[in-house]
Amino acid sequence: MTVNEYRLASVGSDHAAAHGDLKALAHRVRRRVVRLATDGGCFIGASLSCVDLLAYLYTHWLKVDQQRLDDPDRDYLLLSKGHDVPALYGLLAELGWLDPSRLQRHLKVDDDIYWHPNRRIPGVEFHSGSLGHLLSVGLGIALDIRLRGGTGRVVVVLGDGELNEGSIWESVLVAAAKGLENLVAVVDRNGFQANVATEELLPLEPLTDKFATFGWHARRVDGHDFSALAECFDTVPVGCGRPTVVIADTVRGKGLPSIEARADRWFCNFSADEVTQLLGELDGTRSAEITSEVLLVR
Amino acid sequence: MYVDDAVSGQGPSTGAVAPFPSYEAGLTTLLARDDRLIVMTAENRAAIRGLPTVAGPRFIDVGICEQTLVGAAAGLALRGRVPIVHALATFLTMRAFEFIRTDVGIAGLPVKLVGGFPGFLSEANGPTHQAIEDVALMRGIPGMKVWCPADEQDLLLGLDAVLSDPAPWYLRYHAGPAATTHHAPFEIGRAEVFSEGTDVTLLTYGLLFGECFRAASMLRTHGLSVGLVNLRTLKPIDRGAILTAARRSALLVTVEDHFLTGGLFSILAEALITAGLAVPVLPLALDERWFKPALLPDVLAYEGFTAESIADRVLRRLSQL
Repeated sequence: MTVNEYRLASVGSDHAAAHGDLKALAHRVRRRVVRLATDGGCFIGASLSCVDLLAYLYTHWLKVDQQRLDDPDRDYLLLSKGHDVPALYGLLAELGWLDPSRLQRHLKVDDDIYWHPNRRIPGVEFHSGSLGHLLSVGLGIALDIRLRGGTGRVVVVLGDGELNEGSIWESVLVAAAKGLENLVAVVDRNGFQANVATEELLPLEPLTDKFATFGWHARRVDGHDFSALAECFDTVPVGCGRPTVVIADTVRGKGLPSIEARADRWFCNFSADEVTQLLGELDGTRSAEITSEVLLVR
Repeated sequence: MYVDDAVSGQGPSTGAVAPFPSYEAGLTTLLARDDRLIVMTAENRAAIRGLPTVAGPRFIDVGICEQTLVGAAAGLALRGRVPIVHALATFLTMRAFEFIRTDVGIAGLPVKLVGGFPGFLSEANGPTHQAIEDVALMRGIPGMKVWCPADEQDLLLGLDAVLSDPAPWYLRYHAGPAATTHHAPFEIGRAEVFSEGTDVTLLTYGLLFGECFRAASMLRTHGLSVGLVNLRTLKPIDRGAILTAARRSALLVTVEDHFLTGGLFSILAEALITAGLAVPVLPLALDERWFKPALLPDVLAYEGFTAESIADRVLRRLSQL
């Protein structure tokens, strides 16, 4: 299904069916992510936690069409945490933006598909990887949209660990000061940074209050519940003169119980057999027995 | 033997007329002509005090947030704007270095970074404020160009060309009074050759051009044939002007308010080695140290960068050849 077909399916009364489509879409994206976690691996934990968010936003909320990227009133989605890009690549492949066969060239020198986003890939607005950058870049895009009197909105997906970076809080101050109501930050609150739980290192809670006291319209949602996401994003205020943050509670490694919510399963490079097992686990037909080495990156 | 070295037909008296009366006036004119231009700052308004009124919503002050300043400039550039970003040279090039390198540099966006109070111009602020590695840092970024005008006239001569160029630029801002009239029209990658000399050529940029201009006159009173080159853009560098001077002069002198590492001396060394030339070079720069904080005339005197000191150091080196 294309983005438009997903949108059409969501119009009308049959929300349950639309959400069923979304679940199926997210499931297919997760299968693609798992298949990228071998032959060099990828940041699978942080990718799986934001699959549902990205699937929802691209199919039901963002006004962005691959054929009309020069539309001045289109929306933008920036992946600030960057290492979750397998989720975006999987989604773009499912939505027809990206030739799925290119994913077979993951980490290969004859393509541009590697551990962090490259904007030569259709659908990637800007490169990222170094944490704490794209809220400021998104802020600049939002400023220009407002300068031109446009209606587009800018979504910046942040990692919760990424909130350690001081540059984020600079931009949080500036966006509030400038009253950028067309800027929406989405925090993928999976509870972990690279190797430890966020609350064990630099506690972030109460996170909603933090943003609210910085002058943002702040709300919290279950980042895996499509009905809750719809309710949350459909009511993002326009005209309130404040930027919005959506703190989406998610699960690292969502969909794979054998690696879910584990500090030591962030970057994984599985064997081919483990990938097969994990795909079965994702489908609910078996549980996986993972023996590959735990990797510490960073 | 006194030699009048002025390049024939380009004598200082000819003069290239500055197209604007001031930097602010230049920005005002160019903003009116080109709606892509956006003036930004991290609350450093010394060079752009009148711009909030003139530019209206196209003046954006983000407060003391250099990282967000540069990131937001990249975002604006992604939408087709050309942001002219103002901050203190130290904090712009170092606090926000990774944002410049990663958001502006990797993408090659047309963001113009204007570093205020570089080099000795930070005067008595102390080493925290001394941008004396800025050239090294900025020229190390692929695609980034570097311009170091000698004074206000030099700045105004090049402003339009640099803002119109599609590359990212670092502008080592200096709008002080000129020691002499500039004669050469500005051209990216082209040095302004004031004079050619067989005994020595002074290669310089920015603030110290004025001291070098006076030092060259002093050296001529000793009967020396003295070349003087205002390099203007350090990247791209005018390799032809450098190599011509190297072939013509017995001694080359680089004069800069910058660390010895990574600035003009390094640029010269790279050019000479690449061309297979080995010539005597006297580098006048800050060698592995910050400079003594004081008011500018005292800094120049203490650090040996007045015209008299420069001439003196050149004479001593020449006597050893």
